[in-house]
Amino acid sequence: MSQILTKKLVLFFPRYDCEKPIIYHLVKDHNLVVNVYRAKVTPEEEGYLVLDVRGTEQDIQKAMDFIKSCNVTVNNSGKGVTWDEHRCTHCGQCVTHCPTDALHIADPATRRIAFDEDACIECLACIRVCPFEACASAF
Amino acid sequence: MKTYEQINDRIESGKAVVLTADEIMDYVDKKGLEAAAREVDVVTTATFGPMCSSGCFINFGHSKPKIRMSEAWIEDVLVYTGIAAVDVYLGATQLRHGDPANMYPPGEFRYGGGHVIEDLVAGKSLQLFALSYGTDDYPRREIRTYFTLADVNQATMVNPRNCYQNYNVAINDSDRTIYTYLGVLEPRRGNATYCSAGQLSPLLNDPYYETIGVGTRVWLAGAQGHVYSEGTQHAGGCERTSDGVPKEGAGTLALTADMKRMKPEFVRGVSLRGYGVSLALGVGIPIPILNEKVLQRTCVRDRDILAPVIDYGNDYPQKTGRVICHVSYEQLRSGEIEIDGKKIIVGSMSSYHKALEIARLLADEIRRGDFLVSRPIQALPKDTTMKSLVIRRKPS
Repeated sequence: MSQILTKKLVLFFPRYDCEKPIIYHLVKDHNLVVNVYRAKVTPEEEGYLVLDVRGTEQDIQKAMDFIKSCNVTVNNSGKGVTWDEHRCTHCGQCVTHCPTDALHIADPATRRIAFDEDACIECLACIRVCPFEACASAF
Repeated sequence: MKTYEQINDRIESGKAVVLTADEIMDYVDKKGLEAAAREVDVVTTATFGPMCSSGCFINFGHSKPKIRMSEAWIEDVLVYTGIAAVDVYLGATQLRHGDPANMYPPGEFRYGGGHVIEDLVAGKSLQLFALSYGTDDYPRREIRTYFTLADVNQATMVNPRNCYQNYNVAINDSDRTIYTYLGVLEPRRGNATYCSAGQLSPLLNDPYYETIGVGTRVWLAGAQGHVYSEGTQHAGGCERTSDGVPKEGAGTLALTADMKRMKPEFVRGVSLRGYGVSLALGVGIPIPILNEKVLQRTCVRDRDILAPVIDYGNDYPQKTGRVICHVSYEQLRSGEIEIDGKKIIVGSMSSYHKALEIARLLADEIRRGDFLVSRPIQALPKDTTMKSLVIRRKPS
C-alpha cells in the first residue's frame, strides 16, 4: 500500500471555456480528498484554483496528469501567497490578523517575523493589513 | 562624572564602552550603578516606525531655459512649491494624484510621498513634472524630466515630528471594523495595536531630556543628522510614573539629515488601508553616560513603561479624553493584554526588530570612532502641554 500524502497545488486556467468539472473528477476518478483554499474560474477569463489534495502518491500523480490533459497548468510549489522577507520590517501588524499563525513571531527576543507556508490558508488578511506590501498574491 | 569631551575622546581613540538600551539593564544589575557609570560611555537607543510628520526639501538645479516652478509633482505626487524657483518640499503623507483615497472605503492608498522618498533613497529614477506661469527671468512654462537622488543638488530630510516619547495603544469598542493609522482594528476589542520601541526608544531612555536636546547628533536612517527643534506637539509636561516615565505621548523631536547618506532599508513607504500613506523611518540616538542618574534612566525596562489604552472607535475621533486603562510594554510584547477580564491579542506598528538592529549598528559606529556624541545647544521644554484647536466665531 502506498503512503497517503497531502499536496498543495496551484492551478492556472488559461482563458478558455473549461467545461470539465475538475474537482469532481479528482474526487470521483482519483480518490482524492480535496480542500479548496480559493478559486476563481470564470469563462472567458484567466482563472486559478488553490487546493490541497490528499491521497496516495500514485493517485495524486494520475490526477495531475489528468489536470494537465485539461490544458490547466499545475504549479505544485504551493505558493499562492508569498512573503518577501526583505520587504518585511518585522513590525508585527500581521500576526493578530493571520488566523493560522502562518505569519508569526519566530524569535520573541528580537521579534523577528517568519512565514510558515504550509500553515497558510490564503485568506489574504496579511495583504490587507501589511503596511509595507511584504505579502503578495500570485493572482 | 564624565563630560561630553571626555566621552568623545574615548570614542575617537576607539576605546569607548558602548551598550544598547536593551543590554544596559542587566549590565548595571551585575556591575552596580556606580561602577557601570564609570565604565560605560554611551548607551544607544533606537526606534523604527511610521512617522507621518516627515518629508524633505529638494533642490533640482536649473534647467535651460529656467523655470520658476509654481506647481510640481514627483511621480504624480504633489510637492510644495511656495518657496524658491527650483526648491520643493515633499511630504510623507501626500497622496498620488488621482488616488481614490477613501471614496470606496477602505481605500488601498498604494503610493504617496513616503513611497517617493523610499524610491529616491533606493536610487530609482523618478519623474518630475512642473508648471509655471512664466516670467522674464524664468520663461519656461512646463517641464517633464527624470531624475535620481544623485542628480539633485540637495535632498534634505526635514521632519517636524519624529520619535514620539510614548504612544497610545489602540482598541476598537465599536461594532464595526475600523481602519486607523495604528492598523485595522476589529470590532468589540477584537485586537489591539501599539507603536513604540518601549525600552529601546530614545526619549523613554532620557525621560527629562537631560542629554537629548536641540543640536543632538542622531542616526537618521543611516545618515548622521541632528535634532533641529522640539518636535511639533511636544508636551513634556505630561502625566508620568514615579520614575518619571511619561504615561502618554509627551515629547517629540524634529530631525534633519542628508538623504543622500541614508540607507534604503530604514526609509520605507507605508500604505495603511482605509487611512492613508506615510513614511516609516529608523532613528538611533546615543545617550552619553555623563553620570549615574543618566545611566539609571537608561535602565528602564518594558515592564516599567506604561501606555494608555484608547478606544479608536469613538473616544479618539471624538476627542473625549477617556483612557480605558494603562498597560506595560512587557504585557504588550507578550502578544496579549487583558482588559475587563477579556483577553485581547496585540499587534505592533513599530518594529522592535529593526530598532534593535539600529541600536546595534549605531553602537558599532560609535565603537569604530565614526559617530561622536554632541552636547545640546538648547534643552527641550519639560513643562509644555498640548493645546487644542478651538472652533470660534469670527471676532467682532
